[in-house]
Amino acid sequence: MEVPILKQGPYLIASIQSALSDADLVQLRDALVEQVGRLRSRGVIVDVTALDVMDSFATRTLRDITFMIRLRGAETVIVGIQPDVAFTMVQLGLKLEGVPTALDLEEGITFLSKKDGSPAKETNSRER
Amino acid sequence: MGALPRKRTLVNGERNPVEAAVPARSPIGNTRDRVLEEIAVHINGDTDIVAARQKGRVLAGTLGFSSSELTLIATAISELARNIVLYAKQGEIVLRVLERGEQRGIMVRAGDQGPGIPDVRRALQGGFSTSRSLGLGLPGVRRLMDEFEIESRVGYGTTVTARKWKR
Repeated sequence: MEVPILKQGPYLIASIQSALSDADLVQLRDALVEQVGRLRSRGVIVDVTALDVMDSFATRTLRDITFMIRLRGAETVIVGIQPDVAFTMVQLGLKLEGVPTALDLEEGITFLSKKDGSPAKETNSRER
Repeated sequence: MGALPRKRTLVNGERNPVEAAVPARSPIGNTRDRVLEEIAVHINGDTDIVAARQKGRVLAGTLGFSSSELTLIATAISELARNIVLYAKQGEIVLRVLERGEQRGIMVRAGDQGPGIPDVRRALQGGFSTSRSLGLGLPGVRRLMDEFEIESRVGYGTTVTARKWKR
């Protein structure tokens, strides 16, 4: 299942809607890394609220996305990790070190706007 | 709580006996357990990983596990199924509802006829992996579940059995 990627002002928002296979995650990674350049985005939000499992592959792929996007000159934030998922990740020893996380989409946008110095409310009016 | 089985690890690999928790010749598994239900999921690619963990979550859900326990179980199944895809290409995940005395629980058995694990002891240590993973697959699953057994022979394949009991 392909993850829809929305452009919101200077940011890309990837909103995961259902369980993802490994191939879907890799596809998401490649799409984000490509689009962040094509759309000249300043930040990426990956919303994982709908993910009921974050195993080692999903965690590593999200980390890869963050670091690849950072090498492209933009910032990524993972939002919406659910309490049960966070509990399991800690039990597994999966840390997402170096990867910014935020509670939800709103907090994610606030995080990115602080990072790139533009006020959050401007996200709708800024194009390209 | 005192009656719960203690976490144990059995390694019956011919070359790699790690913990002699049971006599080496005793069969993997537990004859005291009564099987109430069984589902087998053939693993042949990464979409089967998702199918296996979803079936496991539903099956464990019938036992009344808490939502965080269901997430632990689903994640453990995901890791075991991925090991099959990564190392053996194909295999099978067997999910069982078990009864042992007064307790009920779920068993996950991941079996394949892949290359086997040359050094089971190392594979069970945190941080070790020979493939693209965080190296937390097996040690992670062992932490998530109550019981964990692995049998692996180079050239013959690997069987991992893990159980979680309803508290």
